[in-house]
Amino acid sequence: MFETLILMLDATMRVSTPLIFAALAGLFSERAGIVDIGLEGKILGSAFAAAAGAAIFGSAWIGLCFGILASVSLAMIHGFACITHRGDHIVSGVAINTIVAGLTVTLSMHWFGMGGQTPALSGNERFLDITFPFADALQDVPVIGAIYSNLLSGHNILVYLAFAMVPVTYWVIYKTRFGLRLRAVGENPHAVDTAGISVALIRYRALIVCGILCGLAGAYLSTAHNAGFLKDMSAGKGYMALAALIFGKWRPVPVLLACLLFGFLDAVAVRMQGVEIPGIGQVPVQAIEVLPYVLTVLLLAGFIGKAIAPKAIGRPYVKERA
Amino acid sequence: MSQAKVPAWVNMALIPILNVSLAFFVSGLVILAIGENPIEAAGYLIYGAFGYSEGVGYTLYYATNLIFTGLAVSVAFKGGLFNIGGEGQAYIGGLGVGLICLSLDHTMPFYVIAPLAVIGAAVFGAAWGYIPAYLQARRGSHIVITTIMFNFIASSLMVYLIVNWLKEDGRMAPNSRTFEENAWLPYLHEIFSPLGIDIGDSPLNLAFIWALICCVFVWGLIWHTRWGYQLRTLGTSPSAARYAGIDTAKVTIWAMLISGGLAGFVGLNEIMGVNHSLLLNFTAGYGFAGIAVALMGRNHPIGIVLAAVLFGALYQGGAELAFEIPTITPEIVVVIQGLVILFSGALEHMFKDRIEGFFIRRAVA
Repeated sequence: MFETLILMLDATMRVSTPLIFAALAGLFSERAGIVDIGLEGKILGSAFAAAAGAAIFGSAWIGLCFGILASVSLAMIHGFACITHRGDHIVSGVAINTIVAGLTVTLSMHWFGMGGQTPALSGNERFLDITFPFADALQDVPVIGAIYSNLLSGHNILVYLAFAMVPVTYWVIYKTRFGLRLRAVGENPHAVDTAGISVALIRYRALIVCGILCGLAGAYLSTAHNAGFLKDMSAGKGYMALAALIFGKWRPVPVLLACLLFGFLDAVAVRMQGVEIPGIGQVPVQAIEVLPYVLTVLLLAGFIGKAIAPKAIGRPYVKERA
Repeated sequence: MSQAKVPAWVNMALIPILNVSLAFFVSGLVILAIGENPIEAAGYLIYGAFGYSEGVGYTLYYATNLIFTGLAVSVAFKGGLFNIGGEGQAYIGGLGVGLICLSLDHTMPFYVIAPLAVIGAAVFGAAWGYIPAYLQARRGSHIVITTIMFNFIASSLMVYLIVNWLKEDGRMAPNSRTFEENAWLPYLHEIFSPLGIDIGDSPLNLAFIWALICCVFVWGLIWHTRWGYQLRTLGTSPSAARYAGIDTAKVTIWAMLISGGLAGFVGLNEIMGVNHSLLLNFTAGYGFAGIAVALMGRNHPIGIVLAAVLFGALYQGGAELAFEIPTITPEIVVVIQGLVILFSGALEHMFKDRIEGFFIRRAVA
C-alpha cells in the first residue's frame, strides 16, 4: 500500500511538471491582463523545437534553448496581436494553437521525414535523472528510504526546477517592483499609465516570462519525459494548465496544488485501469480523466469557492488621447 | 469628427481579401521554407479541389461540415459570445444522430428517421451548448473557458459511451454497428444519376442541402427577426442591450442553443451521411476550423459559404497535394487555417485602421 502510494506520488511529480511550468506561465500572462489560451501551442512548439535542437546538436541544453526561443517567439506574436494591435486575445490564442499544430508536423516531416516525429533522443540529448547522494545506500531504510530514494531522488533537473519556480514566482509577483506593476497592469492599467509606466512594455515583459516558462514545459515533454517529439504530444496539457491556473485562482501556491491534484488524478486514472473497487465496481478511467475539467467548471460556476480573475483581463488597453 | 464614411466594399471585401491574401502569402513562405515551389503546390491544390467532378464533390462534402461549424461560431459571435466549444457540440450532436439511427433503423423508414436525426443532432448539440451558456448567463462563469472544458468532457464521455456501451460485440475497433441502409443520408451522386447527371462519386450527401437551408435560416433569424435584433444589440453593446430592456441572459442562452444545435449538424453529415456508424473523433477539428470560417466569412452566411468552400477546397486539395508532393503533409491546411485566424481575426486592426483612415481622409478632402 505504502509502496503504491510512493509510486503514484512519484508519477504525480512527473506528470505535474509540465502543468506547473505552463500554469505559472499563464499566471504571468493573465496577471498582466493578457488571456492566454495559447499555452497549448507554445508547449507544443517548444517540445518540437527542443527535440529538433537536441537531435541536431546532440545536447539537451541546446534543445532547451531552442524550445524557449520558439515559445518566446510565439508569445511575441501573441503580444503583437493583443498589445500592439489590440486584437482579441482568444482569437490570437486559437490562431497560435492551430498554426503550431500544423507547423510542427509540416516541419518535422521536412527535416526528419519520420511521419511527424523527431528521431529518438538518447544520452546527452535528453535530460537524465539525477540520483541524490546516498540514495542507493538509503534505499532499504523503511519509510525514509522510499521517500528519499524513490520519491525525491531520481528525477531530472527540470522537475526540480518546476517546483523551484513556484516560490520564485511568488517572490517575483508579490515582492518585486516588476511584480507589483505587473499585477497593477492586470487590474487597473489606467492607474499604471497615469504613473508614467508603459502598460505595453510591462505586458510584453510578462509575455516573455510566460514564453520562457512554456518553453521549459515543452522541452520537458520532448527531451526529459519522453525521448523525442511526437505529433500532438502536448495533448491538451496547455488547456489543463489553464484549468489549473483558474482552479488555483491565479495565485502561485494554490496553482501548484491544483497542478499536483490534476497530476495525481492522471496517475490515478492510469492506475485504475480495469481495477475493481469493492462496493463500487470498476470506475471508468474517463470519469477520472475528466475530473479536472469538471472541477474547474464547478469552480467557475461558483459551486466550490469562487474564481475571481484579474479585472482588466482580456481587455486591450487604449491610451486616452486628448 | 467628420461624418465621412468608409465605403461598404472596403469593409466587406477589401479588408477580408487583404487579410486572407496575407495568410496565403505566409503559407507560401512556409512551403518555400521546406524547399517546395508554392506556385506548383497551389496548382496541385486547385486541381485537386476543383479539377475533376469527384474532387468538387469532396470539396463540398468538407465544406458542409465547415458551414455548420462556421454558422455556429458566427451566431454566438453576433451576440458577443465566443463559442470555442463547436468541437464538443458537434461530437455530442453526432451522438444524438447515432442514437436515433441505432434505435430506429430496424423498424422505421428513412423519411421517419431523417427528420428525427436532424432533431436529435440539434437537441444534443444544443444541450451541450446550453450548460456553458447557462453558467455564463446566470452564474458569471466565462463561456470561453467552460466551452473549452466541455470539449474535453465531451471527448471523454464519447470514449466511455462508445467503448463501453455502443461498440459492436466481438470487434476491437471502437465503432458502433453499421446502420441499416434506410438510416443513410442519400449521396447526391445517387440522387442525380437517375436524372442523367453525373457528378462523380463522392461522400457529398443531402446534409449539404441542409447546410444551405441552415444558412438561409440563420440569415433570416439574425437580420429579420426581433430576436436577431436583440442578439446583435447584445453583441454590439451589452449595456445598451440591458438599458433597452433586453433580457440579456435569455438571449445569451438562446444564442448558444442555436449555436450548439448548428454545430451538432456535423454529426448528420459525418455519421448519417458518410460513416454510417458512430465512431471516435469524427469531428476532426471542424469545430475549431469553424472559427476561421466565421472570421473569414465576416459572420455572414454568404461569406461563410464562400469561406467554407475555400477551406473545403484546402482540405481536399491538401490531400491531393500531399499525394503529389510527399514532403508537404495535409497539415499544411491546418497551418493555413491558423494563419487565416491570426490575420483576419487577431490582427484585423493592423490594416483596418490604416485603410479606413485612408478612405476617411480621402472622403474629407
